[in-house]
Amino acid sequence: MTRYGMVINVAHCIGCYNCFIACKDEHCEIDHLPYAAAQPLRGQTWMRVIETERGRYPKVKVDYTAIPCMHCDKPLCVEVAGDGSVYRRPDGIVIVDPEKAKGRRDIVSSCPYRVIYWNEEKQLPQKCTLCAHLLDAGWKQPRCAEACPTNAIVFGDLDDPESEVSKLLSAGRVEVLHPEYGLGEKVWYLGLPKNFVAGAVVFGDTDQCGAGVTVTLEGEGMTASTVTDVYGDFEFEGLPKDASYTVRISSPGYQEVVIPVRTNVSVYLGDVVLAKA
Amino acid sequence: MAEKTFVNCTAGGPIRVHVEDGRITKVRPLVFDETDAPSWTIEVDGKKYTPPRKACVATFTLTERARVYSKDRILYPMKRVDFDPKGAPGSTGPGGRNAQNRGKSPYVRISWEEAFDLVAGEMKRIRETYGPEAITSRCSSHHNWGNVGYRTGAWARFFNLIGFTDILDNPDSWEGWHWGATHAYGFYWRLGNPEHYDMLEDTLRYTDLIIHWGNDADSTHGIYGGNESALWRYWLKEKGIRQIIIDPYFNYTGAAVGDKWISYRPGTTGALALGIAYVWITEGTYDKDYVASKTVGFEEFKKYVLGEEDGIPKTPEWAAAETDVPARTIIALARDWASHRTCLAGGTKGGEGGHCRQAYATEHNRLMVLLQAMQGLGKPGVSIWGTANGPPYNHTLDFPGYASGINFNLMASKPIQNPVKQRLYRLLVPEAILDPPIEWMGEGFCGGSLEQQFTKFVYPLPGHSEVKMFYRYGGAFLSTMTETNRWVRMYQSPKLEFVVNQDCWFSTETRLADVILPACTNLERNDISEYASSGGYSLHASGSANHRIIIYQQKCIEPLGESKSDYDIFCGLAERLGVLDEYTEGNTMEDWIEKMFYKSDLPKYIDFEEFKTKGYFLVPQIPDYKPTPALRWFYEGRPCDTPDFANPKRGTDKAHELGTYSGKIEFVSQSLLAHTPDDDERAPLPRYRVSWEGHHSELAKKYPLALISPHPRFTFHTHHDSHVEWLSEIPGHRMPKDGYDYWIARINPVDAQARGIRQGDVVRLYNDRASVLCIAHVTERARPGVVHSYEGSAKYDPLEPGKPGTTDRGGCVNMLTPGRLMSKNVPGMAPNSCLIEIERWEA
Repeated sequence: MTRYGMVINVAHCIGCYNCFIACKDEHCEIDHLPYAAAQPLRGQTWMRVIETERGRYPKVKVDYTAIPCMHCDKPLCVEVAGDGSVYRRPDGIVIVDPEKAKGRRDIVSSCPYRVIYWNEEKQLPQKCTLCAHLLDAGWKQPRCAEACPTNAIVFGDLDDPESEVSKLLSAGRVEVLHPEYGLGEKVWYLGLPKNFVAGAVVFGDTDQCGAGVTVTLEGEGMTASTVTDVYGDFEFEGLPKDASYTVRISSPGYQEVVIPVRTNVSVYLGDVVLAKA
Repeated sequence: MAEKTFVNCTAGGPIRVHVEDGRITKVRPLVFDETDAPSWTIEVDGKKYTPPRKACVATFTLTERARVYSKDRILYPMKRVDFDPKGAPGSTGPGGRNAQNRGKSPYVRISWEEAFDLVAGEMKRIRETYGPEAITSRCSSHHNWGNVGYRTGAWARFFNLIGFTDILDNPDSWEGWHWGATHAYGFYWRLGNPEHYDMLEDTLRYTDLIIHWGNDADSTHGIYGGNESALWRYWLKEKGIRQIIIDPYFNYTGAAVGDKWISYRPGTTGALALGIAYVWITEGTYDKDYVASKTVGFEEFKKYVLGEEDGIPKTPEWAAAETDVPARTIIALARDWASHRTCLAGGTKGGEGGHCRQAYATEHNRLMVLLQAMQGLGKPGVSIWGTANGPPYNHTLDFPGYASGINFNLMASKPIQNPVKQRLYRLLVPEAILDPPIEWMGEGFCGGSLEQQFTKFVYPLPGHSEVKMFYRYGGAFLSTMTETNRWVRMYQSPKLEFVVNQDCWFSTETRLADVILPACTNLERNDISEYASSGGYSLHASGSANHRIIIYQQKCIEPLGESKSDYDIFCGLAERLGVLDEYTEGNTMEDWIEKMFYKSDLPKYIDFEEFKTKGYFLVPQIPDYKPTPALRWFYEGRPCDTPDFANPKRGTDKAHELGTYSGKIEFVSQSLLAHTPDDDERAPLPRYRVSWEGHHSELAKKYPLALISPHPRFTFHTHHDSHVEWLSEIPGHRMPKDGYDYWIARINPVDAQARGIRQGDVVRLYNDRASVLCIAHVTERARPGVVHSYEGSAKYDPLEPGKPGTTDRGGCVNMLTPGRLMSKNVPGMAPNSCLIEIERWEA
């Protein structure tokens, strides 16, 4: 058996949008029946790319997350459609039938990932097919994966333990975008942007970068520690959202600074000036 | 429906084109097969690095289907409705030429016969009345791709054959390196870019720190190398090599691999460099032996840095006041740099950093070279390298690049040279037409010698006619040159008696012509080329790709509408001018392609028919490859051993020297001392000069924001942009609002808030030169006080058509940039010295 899956490595995505454009090249104004009617020239992005900006000037991080249909094991679109107008193939690809699904606007809103688009002209819900028509014709991967210059989109057979995608999955660091939906998504991610807490330590007496200063982060049942680099910069990356912590900055001969933070978003504390003890 | 596939190439990489029923259905990156040569492998510290078995093409390359079938395609020859060639020069009204209506009046379709007769008739009249020099023409870089079918092939042969006033291009992507760095380390034969050989392996092996100073290789692609090098920067990052971004905007390379962002006030980068030098000199953390043996003039530089010359020590505190980078950060950066093996990704090839296109950029770019000289440039891991060129490379197979001269001359039985001596200079064309005489110094691309930079030009040349006809070919200057309302004014002058525009797409300048000729794209005709290869003054530029790929560019579909290949268009004109036989020498385009194949080394590797049928040849690696890292020879005092055959000292007794007058790195430039010793703006010793349009300027009170307009990420200059609707759905390219796709201006929340501007507002960017509408993207990636908006809009959409200076809705931010040249003896452009204000636009 072949079951398809995809791992998208956000940490290797340069935001070039090659996947986005290759998808448009395959599907815009070209039918691939029986899996997909032509995507209109404008308005649908079956491979959406979301830019995430974290932090604030001058500590900014930018990530790009490519979001196709998740081809869930338990797809809500299939459930809502009810009549087979959306169906799951044995290889796991979820297809919106371009004939049967006509007029079914409710299918668009069934998807919590919002990756089903409405074609006003054709009165048709439409979405990513993982280029099923190409896979059926013997292609090894969909257009988005082929176009990726950094191998950030890895596609393959989940039932083949030797496939690159299986190896990435068994390495255990992948996650789905919204595990709380519990849909059995077949698109996993590496390196999804979380929250960070960062700052720049300055020695108040000399106005020099506070290099080599110990900074600890406590809270949510954990303690992490780091040492500032030559620029006085410190950073705790990969923190959950809406968590509360205490940042403690201490250096011999200086007064300790304690700052409470909450990761509603990533937190850049800016310059933290240490006063002489 | 039988599907056929073809191989072709673009300015961002080779493609496989799928065609069904005569229509393109897919454009894919070229994927290699098992019969193609194996890829290289670099092994460092037990880890093997090898590239993917495909071309990692640019984003815009994958838009070719949409671009070919674009709504902007020119499908028929056209004539402006109120242009009558029988009208006398300068005539207006019915039966007149009505030059004043260029940019305003609509067009009417005409037949090719009529178009050829009209254009050739005007060319004959102008040549007979004024001489061949009264015709000028210029091409784009690169609305198409291919060695013989368009730019330096068909176009260049035609105009050089009939004779014309050629327009000298300015090196618009690396100005400061060309006019400045050449006087510090030579490399004029590479237009100021250093050699790059084997820098990928050397950096993986030896470097600890990469400083991307104005370098955005993920956007500028090593020029034609697509996204090939993106993976290299992840390899470098995951090797533990830290990457610092110095740029007023947190660019895409920073977003991908940056560990730290240092942002400076535009126009002050020279001060930052001097602050670093001050730390090294006062702390003694520079390579004294190297400086003593491999450089000249350091003592004078040292005096200047320490303030012994002008009483101003260039301390980090002094630099901080200019740059707005904290002094402590400058000190930390200087120490970090000096204590690690550092690669300076200084915005040269593979970066084309915006700082090389600003007032006095020559001084900054010389300082880039001098800083690395102080750290031993050429030492393992210590380099000037844009991170976008220099994988293991087989240089032994010779194949011409697009810029290997007038390319037909390589194959023609009778090579041709332009008989006309008069020249124009691209940045000064409007002044030349509207207000001659003009003069300038410097030949544009000065790849033959340093002395070319001091050649004096006048226009009109004594005994020569002024230009009366402009034959504009491919692309558009309104959003690539500076202060471009000048160009609109020029086009509307009756002094230009006749204007032709030959292109595949309507772009910013097309509707300023009298006659429009539709050319087909290179997917609609055959051609031959190498991926990413320039040849000429960018020798071995195809090293910006992981593999050398030589392409027989196969015609995929018939030309759209009535469009014709450039060769056929020029044949049509040559026939009417009575020079068809000289132009073609009896050859079809396919004959020329075959001749270029046999002129190259390819026949040693592949049969012509096989090459033509397969569509490409992947050049194999050299067996037992031995790297020859760039400038290692200089560091070790050996003769140059890299494949830089253009190095004029190779094979001489000076082969261990650089291309400067002294053969060393020059803190005090001997070439400037010899030619312009009294120039205080590009003095023999580089100094920090306050920008003529920057934060100290009086103008800053009225226009407090600095506009920077680097090369764009998602279009190659103007050549894709709005021709491809898909691109308008990339939020980093254009953003639609109320049915209109606006060009983007990026602004910091602080500046936005102060002006009541919110994300997605339509805003007006303005100064005394122009007014341009964009859509606001409010972002922490822009430094406060800076507006970031790319050059390269393909759309000029003035609110009052035909009126220069009226607000442009298309996004040609270059209209705002100053037309002033870099400095008094330096004819470079300086678009990144530009002050503006910005406000919400209420239509």
